[in-house]
Amino acid sequence: MRRTTRQRLYRGVNYAIFAAVVLFVALATDWERILNQFFRWDIAREQLPEIVTIALKNTILFTIISFAGGLVLGVVMALLKLSSVAPYRWFATAYVELFRGVPALLTIFAMAYMLPIALGVRVPGGQVGAGLVGLILVASAYMAEVIRSGIQAVPKGQTEAARSLGMSPARTMFWVVLPQGFRIVIPPMTNEFVLLLKDTSLLFIAGSTVFTKELTTFARDGLTTNANGTPLVMAAMLYLLVTIPLTRLVAWLERKMAKSR
Amino acid sequence: MRDNARPVPGAPAIDIRGLRKSFGDVEVLKGIDLTVRAGEVVCVVGPSGSGKSTLLRSVNMLEPPTGGDILIEGVDILDPDVDIDRIRTRIGMVFQQFNLFPHMTVLRNLTVAQERVLGRRRGEAERVARDMLARVGLSEKAAEHPGHLSGGQQQRVAIARALCMNPDMMLFDEPTSALDPELVGEVLEVMQALASSGMTMMVVTHEMGFAREVGDRLIFMDDGVIVEEGDPTEILANPRHGRTQAFLSKVL
Repeated sequence: MRRTTRQRLYRGVNYAIFAAVVLFVALATDWERILNQFFRWDIAREQLPEIVTIALKNTILFTIISFAGGLVLGVVMALLKLSSVAPYRWFATAYVELFRGVPALLTIFAMAYMLPIALGVRVPGGQVGAGLVGLILVASAYMAEVIRSGIQAVPKGQTEAARSLGMSPARTMFWVVLPQGFRIVIPPMTNEFVLLLKDTSLLFIAGSTVFTKELTTFARDGLTTNANGTPLVMAAMLYLLVTIPLTRLVAWLERKMAKSR
Repeated sequence: MRDNARPVPGAPAIDIRGLRKSFGDVEVLKGIDLTVRAGEVVCVVGPSGSGKSTLLRSVNMLEPPTGGDILIEGVDILDPDVDIDRIRTRIGMVFQQFNLFPHMTVLRNLTVAQERVLGRRRGEAERVARDMLARVGLSEKAAEHPGHLSGGQQQRVAIARALCMNPDMMLFDEPTSALDPELVGEVLEVMQALASSGMTMMVVTHEMGFAREVGDRLIFMDDGVIVEEGDPTEILANPRHGRTQAFLSKVL
């Protein structure tokens, strides 16, 4: 047998196996039951519009809040980590290790308990607000590392050029290094955004009211009330509705920026 | 303001005394004495690893020396009380790799330090920037990003950027070494014009033709010391020292 013939045969056998497996699963599945459990139009219609106007809105809102908060705190931590003052570096390292090494769920729960109850701090947004503080802490720890790597990836010549123009270290960082560092970290930061979007589901542990439910909590409640999986499927689709265009957008941005450099 | 108090021609602009620099255990500058007078063009040549770039980078403290003194227009810049950022505005620096800011347009490259360091208003900074761009023959590139320019154009923009700060002197660290051969000429032309305008220049270079035609003085460095210095034509034609002869026989 010639090599190309053999390759074609091999590929054909694999297609055949794949088709057989799909056929078997399709025949063995109780489609009616699946449709009844996960794709019920009447239940789906009951979830609307709240699953979008409250749950999806909250998920996006919480993501944006924790991303923005994490970004600001993450930049601060990255700068502390690169500081020439040793105690600053120690502090930032300890901070990052702590909030990266401890489960996000635990941090959120700890903040939700600690801030309002143990310390008596009133956080705007109540329980969810306190939980968001926890999510911000976790997000900033991850982002600090990403931002630090971005800052360090900016060529040294950039700093030298800025300093030789008389710019102070702070001005150099703000006008020359950070803008370039941020460009470098756009892909990993998108990843952080997507991770955060999903991690907002952990906020349930802080306790939520009717108006602070995010997608996962909302869907879980829907599941309990209806004893039906349809709300879960809807929530999943709504998550994907945000994450897939987002990753596509960033891939496009990356290509565009690669060209302009 | 110092803008109307230009340095007196002939006064020492850069005064280097007993300069030493070590990286770890390696001493790359072993006691350099060198005075560059206002309006003078000094070219520094030597084999790679001779310490010539380190010497140049010490002059604006990009490489802080380990010993000796550097006086810029009479001010000892190693004095911890000296505001080095202020001093640096008087010393333009041009790098081998251009080091333009890739995230800014050419115009913004030229205005950012004027605004942030000298406190000039946007309008004034842009006027100065456009003047300097015209001087290096790149007026039409103001709105471009550096990535769209050729190496020679980028280096001319880098020179214009340094000039926007109205420096009293300019340092060039192998300004044409990263360029394709056909782009070297346009950069050297700009530098030559700058030299004829009376700018004090210290140039680390491998362009012996430039050193001969534009340089007032040639410094030959090897192994962290100045081996030979004097009139460029004289040294290039009749190097006295063995090490200079060996080096020139390789590059000429």
